[in-house]
Amino acid sequence: MEQFQLTELVEKYLKGEMSPLEKESFEEMRRNDAEIDQMVVEYASFLEQISNYGDIRRFKSTIYDIHQNLQEEGIIGELKKKATARIINIWSKYRRVVAVAASIASITALFISGMITLFSPKAPFNDIEELRRKVSSLEKQTTTQRAELTKFQSKIEPGVSVKFGGTSFMVDPKGYLITSAHVIKGAKKVYVQNSEGENFLADIISTDPITDLSVLKINDPDFKAPKMLPYGFKKSSTELSETLFTLGYPKDEIVYNEGYLSAMTGMNGDTLACQISISANPGNSGGPVINKFGEVIGILNARQASANGVVFATKSKNIFKLMQSIKEEDADNNIKINYKSSIKGLSRSQQVRKIQDHVYMVKVVLG
Amino acid sequence: MSTSEQEKAVLRAIGANDKDAIESIYKEHYGLIQHLVVYNNGTEDDARDIFQEAMMVLYEKAKSPDFELTCQIKTYLYSVSRRLWLKKLQLARRMETQIENFDHVVPVEEDLDEHEKLTNQYLIMRTAMGKIGEPCKSLIEAFYVHQKNMSEIAGFFGYTNADNAKNQKYKCLVRLKKLFFAQYKNG
Repeated sequence: MEQFQLTELVEKYLKGEMSPLEKESFEEMRRNDAEIDQMVVEYASFLEQISNYGDIRRFKSTIYDIHQNLQEEGIIGELKKKATARIINIWSKYRRVVAVAASIASITALFISGMITLFSPKAPFNDIEELRRKVSSLEKQTTTQRAELTKFQSKIEPGVSVKFGGTSFMVDPKGYLITSAHVIKGAKKVYVQNSEGENFLADIISTDPITDLSVLKINDPDFKAPKMLPYGFKKSSTELSETLFTLGYPKDEIVYNEGYLSAMTGMNGDTLACQISISANPGNSGGPVINKFGEVIGILNARQASANGVVFATKSKNIFKLMQSIKEEDADNNIKINYKSSIKGLSRSQQVRKIQDHVYMVKVVLG
Repeated sequence: MSTSEQEKAVLRAIGANDKDAIESIYKEHYGLIQHLVVYNNGTEDDARDIFQEAMMVLYEKAKSPDFELTCQIKTYLYSVSRRLWLKKLQLARRMETQIENFDHVVPVEEDLDEHEKLTNQYLIMRTAMGKIGEPCKSLIEAFYVHQKNMSEIAGFFGYTNADNAKNQKYKCLVRLKKLFFAQYKNG
């Protein structure tokens, strides 16, 4: 009997999909052949493990969704906590210890400074020398700064061919970016460049070819994480005809475009995506699609070659799903998605000014 | 239906991963656990993690065919969360490991041991899944996690028919099994 067929049978048996007759002969086979019986037992325990794994993943995803929804609806929120109470508590508890420590410290300090005045030579020479040393150390600092500047400019090693990729934008201020999976296809290294022209090295954290999404994380000591993101992420669907805009890098500087939601589904009725009427070019892929409230509703990923101005975007709820699976796979990647936009009431140009700092150009070094 | 009958029905629904039932539990009891954690040196994130883990314990219990809950769901969730949070505080060696009781507590040690065992197996499986590579990972996830049938999977991954997809799935399973048991027997 082939292993393959046996596993098929075991799966059928465990799921209870066998007819009584099949079941009878299967059980008879197990009774007659100890080796097969052993294999069935081992295989059954393994299949139980996978199905448990699947159950846990599904349950986790359900409670994650529920949490997001309830938070969005404001049913669960942050507790207003009296933070000061505890600090006062600690203070009153350790007041004595602090007082003793402080008096010991001050006595020691007095003693040491007394010793120093007693034993140090009375000449002012030392001071002069020290000043000079400070100047020379300043000089050294300037040199290293200059060296770092040059290093910074040539962070992308000369000689490697950089393919211009597309656009990405931040989902979590800790340096997590989202882009289209096809943008970084076949990449050996990925660099992202912000609107000021600074380049950062980024790692690919996860890729989902079905929704065409990828998550990058900036892994670069020069990167300074912003405190928060101005835009939010919308989980519910968007109305037809709603006006939308996008920012992206179809050329070497950031470009703004606007349009509207023209269909709720993507190419050939794809429900993961939606259709937008907007002018977009290669390089816009991976850019955010944002509504008038400053909420990201999707990620641009394709345009129809045969029609003008028809562009498809992956819906933003897919981002939530992907983030959940990343969090499950590695608890270190604790990505938090902000769903409240803080630029709701601003004019469009003010919104764009705030958003553009968080939209990055993706440069791909092919392997 | 009496209260206990109602709770039993809710539990069965939770065991079946029923979204409405889970949401009703969430709405009803999240505040209590949030209070417990946040007022005992925890953050909002801690509260969410503890509540969700307690929900996992409840789910595992509700899923087994011979489950029995001898107390109210609320008391159970509270007891589990309290125990989990105490454990976490002790691990982090934060000074205070006393939690004042807001509520009645039942013993949950056995259930938590079982939960730990399951979590361990889950983590080993997750590691093994991380190692099998593509397309195996997506294929197995599509079948066992997202519960797609073989012809849907064939379509997704570009196999000409369900049998070819099945064959590929079998090869992937063999690899996964090897990786899984290599860890599982060592652990």
